Amino acid sequence: MSDLFRYVLRLGDLSLVLGQRLGEWVGHSPALEEDLGLANIALDLIGQARLLLTYAGEVEGRGRGEDEIAFLREHGEYLNAILAEQPNGDFGRTIVRQVLIDAFQLELYQRMTASTDERLAAIAAKSVKEIQYHLRYSSGWLVRLGDGTEESHARVQASLEALWPYTVELFAEDELDREMADRGVAPRLPEVQASWASRIDAILAEATLARPAHRPHSWHGKRGQHSEHLGYILAEMQHLQRTYPGARW
Amino acid sequence: MNSARVESRDFAPAPAPAPVSVRAPGGTDMDRRLSLAWTALAAVEDPEIPALSIVDLGLIRFVKLQPSGALDVGLSPTYVGCPATAVIRRSVEDALRNAGVGAFAVTEVLSPAWSSDWITAEGRSKLETHGIVPPRQSLSSLREVLRSDRPIGCPRCHSIDTECISEFGSTPCKALHRCRACLEPFEYFKCI
Repeated sequence: MSDLFRYVLRLGDLSLVLGQRLGEWVGHSPALEEDLGLANIALDLIGQARLLLTYAGEVEGRGRGEDEIAFLREHGEYLNAILAEQPNGDFGRTIVRQVLIDAFQLELYQRMTASTDERLAAIAAKSVKEIQYHLRYSSGWLVRLGDGTEESHARVQASLEALWPYTVELFAEDELDREMADRGVAPRLPEVQASWASRIDAILAEATLARPAHRPHSWHGKRGQHSEHLGYILAEMQHLQRTYPGARW
Repeated sequence: MNSARVESRDFAPAPAPAPVSVRAPGGTDMDRRLSLAWTALAAVEDPEIPALSIVDLGLIRFVKLQPSGALDVGLSPTYVGCPATAVIRRSVEDALRNAGVGAFAVTEVLSPAWSSDWITAEGRSKLETHGIVPPRQSLSSLREVLRSDRPIGCPRCHSIDTECISEFGSTPCKALHRCRACLEPFEYFKCI
């Protein structure tokens, strides 16, 4: 497995899994406007995943297309950070997860527009425009809920405490991240983390929420070790392709 | 199908589409094919906003002749996940085939990324006629996208006493607003 292939899967799987999670809200959101909002963000994320997984297939060079990569890989071959697969919980928890990942994607892709990999630079430039609107939506809601009623404040603060430990994995730099940064393919994660943290701090301050304490992580979704939640997501997402191999619209 | 590519320098980002009959008398066969292609493309409607053609939206990035003799048509998606993208591509292929432009290929152009600034003047006025407020011209800064609450004028009564009721409307490219003066809802085409 080439390094670039694995790196592109990390990016694409994060978008795919989060997009699939958000899709679960369709028809169940607190209001029609939020149904539209979450569904549209999910669509953008699936769009990112399609571009990235198509590219991954080309890099791999074994003739696999986006569908084969999305629908026929096993649990351990998914390389997303496990924050993306955490359950939706209530609307507030979904919003907290979204703010944390939107801000990460924004800082990552802004820098990746200067990637030495032309294809990734193009995908980043396209995606970052949309991610700005995702963060506008999610941070707007986090401020309303955090600086809202006692109940809404307590619930999003609790969600923040629950999800915060998973953010460490987004920035935990391993050999692959370092190699991609050395080749100019990807930005350096500590740099991304610094801007992410100051952006998140500003949003939390406006939302009157407290930033949870740092705890060391032991998550390795980026290496294919996932929480139990991913299996359920894949069971639903891959059911059709596994039952009717090669089925097309 | 998703071959991202950087646009070659000899083509402007937003080519002015050739209107219906620009063909100069005595033009070559290649001129004729290019002109036929632009005319056919200008008639392809956006599936979500049928008043607008894809040329009005600035989605056609170039039409050029390949050494093989085939026409290469550069098409940009608006949003990466927009479900209309596949429909537009099919309509483009049908239109070119029906117009008899000869051999052609449609290339997806990702870079530079499509911008709402490329909607033509005609496209903007068509949007307005259909009650959709066109995007502000000029690329917005990140800060502006994240926090802008500049009022969007109502397309019907022109009041600026309006509010955003949904950040995402019937399509990813639009937000839903409401006019507090005339109480009518309306859509705003977001700046991207």
